[in-house]
Amino acid sequence: MELTGAQILVKSLEAEGVDCVFGLPGGAILPTFDAIYDSKIKFHLVRHEQGASHMADAYGRATGKPGVCIVTSGPAATNTITGLATAYMDSAPMVCITGQVATTAIGSDAFQEADVVGVSRPVTKHNYLIKNVKDISRVVKEAFYIARTGRPGPVLIDFPVDVSRAKAEYEPATSVKLRGYNPEKASNPVDMDQLQKAADLINGAKRPCLYVGGGAIISNAEKEVMELVEKTGIPITTTVLGLGIFPETHPLSLRMLGMHGTVYANYSVQKSDVLIAVGARFDDRVTGHIPRFAPHAKIIHIDIDPSSISKTIKVDVAIEGDVKQALVKLNKMVKNLRPATKEWIEQINEWKAKHPLKYKKEGGIRQEYVIEQVGNLTNHKALVATGVGQHQMWAAQWYGFAEPRSMLTSGGLGTMGYGLPAAIGAQCGRPDKTVVCFDGDGSFQMTMCELVTASHYNIPVKLFLLDNGWHGMVRQWQELFYKERYSASHLEPSNPDFPKLVEACGVRAIQCKTKEEVIPAIKEALKHKGPVVVHCLVEKADNVYPMVPAGHALDQVMDMA
Amino acid sequence: MQKHTIAVLVENQFGVLCRVAGLFSARGFNIDSLTVGETQHADLSRMTVVARGDERVVQQIVRQLDKLIDVISIEILNPQDSIDRELVLIKVKSDLSNRNDLMGVVNNFRGKIVDVQEDSMTLEATGTEAKIDAMLELLRAFGVIEVVRTGKIAISRKAPLDAPEAKEVEVVKVKKSAKAKSSAKAATKGGDKKAKMQAGTDTWM
Repeated sequence: MELTGAQILVKSLEAEGVDCVFGLPGGAILPTFDAIYDSKIKFHLVRHEQGASHMADAYGRATGKPGVCIVTSGPAATNTITGLATAYMDSAPMVCITGQVATTAIGSDAFQEADVVGVSRPVTKHNYLIKNVKDISRVVKEAFYIARTGRPGPVLIDFPVDVSRAKAEYEPATSVKLRGYNPEKASNPVDMDQLQKAADLINGAKRPCLYVGGGAIISNAEKEVMELVEKTGIPITTTVLGLGIFPETHPLSLRMLGMHGTVYANYSVQKSDVLIAVGARFDDRVTGHIPRFAPHAKIIHIDIDPSSISKTIKVDVAIEGDVKQALVKLNKMVKNLRPATKEWIEQINEWKAKHPLKYKKEGGIRQEYVIEQVGNLTNHKALVATGVGQHQMWAAQWYGFAEPRSMLTSGGLGTMGYGLPAAIGAQCGRPDKTVVCFDGDGSFQMTMCELVTASHYNIPVKLFLLDNGWHGMVRQWQELFYKERYSASHLEPSNPDFPKLVEACGVRAIQCKTKEEVIPAIKEALKHKGPVVVHCLVEKADNVYPMVPAGHALDQVMDMA
Repeated sequence: MQKHTIAVLVENQFGVLCRVAGLFSARGFNIDSLTVGETQHADLSRMTVVARGDERVVQQIVRQLDKLIDVISIEILNPQDSIDRELVLIKVKSDLSNRNDLMGVVNNFRGKIVDVQEDSMTLEATGTEAKIDAMLELLRAFGVIEVVRTGKIAISRKAPLDAPEAKEVEVVKVKKSAKAKSSAKAATKGGDKKAKMQAGTDTWM
């Protein structure tokens, strides 16, 4: 029986195991929405397409399966660009389907037409414009395959309305044939020479340090990372996207490194003689001033993306391949470095004792306190979404991550407004988990319309709105580096009445004005069956420390007095 | 900065040139010329890119190009082992008084006169970039009106730049077991996109 292109698209999505889609309809995509009407796929109507793109991204990060969003042409498609760029920078698997004007109208400046393939090209792993109804099932198959394999990323499918109306027999695609893309080969580290060199360096190290990023989480390598640490006794620090790969309560954990990482993690990297980078890409927020990064270290880099290797930092040993597969091999080749590393570990423990993470306990509500308490009351097992800014860094420092895929944050692009839609997307993918979101008042206002989505579908995310009345990170930089000239960073007195706003969206609001109210409010929120916002009026002028100012070496740390 | 000639075999599809050109601008790579045309296979196009940069930049260019799904094979062409040519069309001021002198220059460079007007001549020449530069320099005295250059194309003296056999990866279900199966299958089959680039470029790593 012949089906319409729209029906074929929806069937192809079902064949990929898609059970949940985020999006918003409109002219050019209406045939597809008509087909969705008959499908078992659970559709989530968002209030703004950017929200749909972040939801799909976070669904992908939380589950490892590509998240899907479907929107219409033109402005809807361009609204997803921020979400695509966010997912691309952080290697999140997602598939974005955009409506397009009819193939006959493409290029004519038709109503709601935009060159979406052109606009999205630099922020997607790959993209397609489907011109023939017979290509649909193949393109969908390829899109999902590309999105989730190798170094994952977003794939966009531009779907003209006439193709969605055209009819053809539905022939399910069962395989992909892409001669220019071979992720299995790339993921299998066969270069035993490089592995042996890495093992030799590690086995001879006196001051080794592991630096682990999001690639290890994507690769599901938590067991292998733990095995490497326990077997060798090498201390481990993670990037913001690597949080959760290794329990931070472990004595060999150095927690996060980089601009707002712990002093001892940064010192350890700087003083290390062998640095093992695993699924990380030497982002400038991690390295600080590059010429002075880890000056004494031989650097080993394991990464599935060869273009990440020696991109910013020249490495000594490069292992191209999947982190998990590489570590399985490497773990057999490395030995216990104890007791040769005894002095090194003692040195690190001294740094830990001297420079612990800390925050001010006196005064009003500190953001760190809220985050720490949420961590305790969720046993460090919730999925945590964040916006971007001070609260994001404090969440990274204070939640106490213990499980992989539990930190959902825009690390690479730094997309404010990611938090709430990400929490919703993650909750849809992991209904079994408690999902919390830490958001700032600045970030929150960028996508707060998605509260209505949470309310509509009763998606029980717990959002902690840490309201200091400022674009806090901007304020911090202006205080420290711009002579306290607070240009356009103050959000008061015009911030909305948040509890009223939240309730107007059909979401429960709880407000905390004093420290004493925080723990009861968290408990209340966690007990509540539906979505809830805990509005915390926090200290207004706190800064995130430790801080390595941009352009400085990692050991040039500003810490709290 | 050193110049490098990079041969890139791509799918002959709309939008591929954009992907490659966009990558160069997005990554801030310096590009001298880029030519593209069909190959002996209708479904394959070949680009010749001349780019500037140190060893590390070229390595990045190759690796970034390699990530594009539509890019099939890449080879950095070593000047000793490859032949390169450029075609140029030059319109020069010319009348009866200097026609002979001009033809002398053209003949010296084994060029051709392809059009003659009352006050100008159009010449055609092919050769290496250096030869064409030298010819242009000599023609300057006559008064150059218009120059059109193709940019460099190049071919290896040795093995051709091949497209690997497209392998089929079965991905029927998204379940993990199916994925593992398909990857095992894929690993045993051919398709070697990178072999060519690695030989000459990873010496500094």
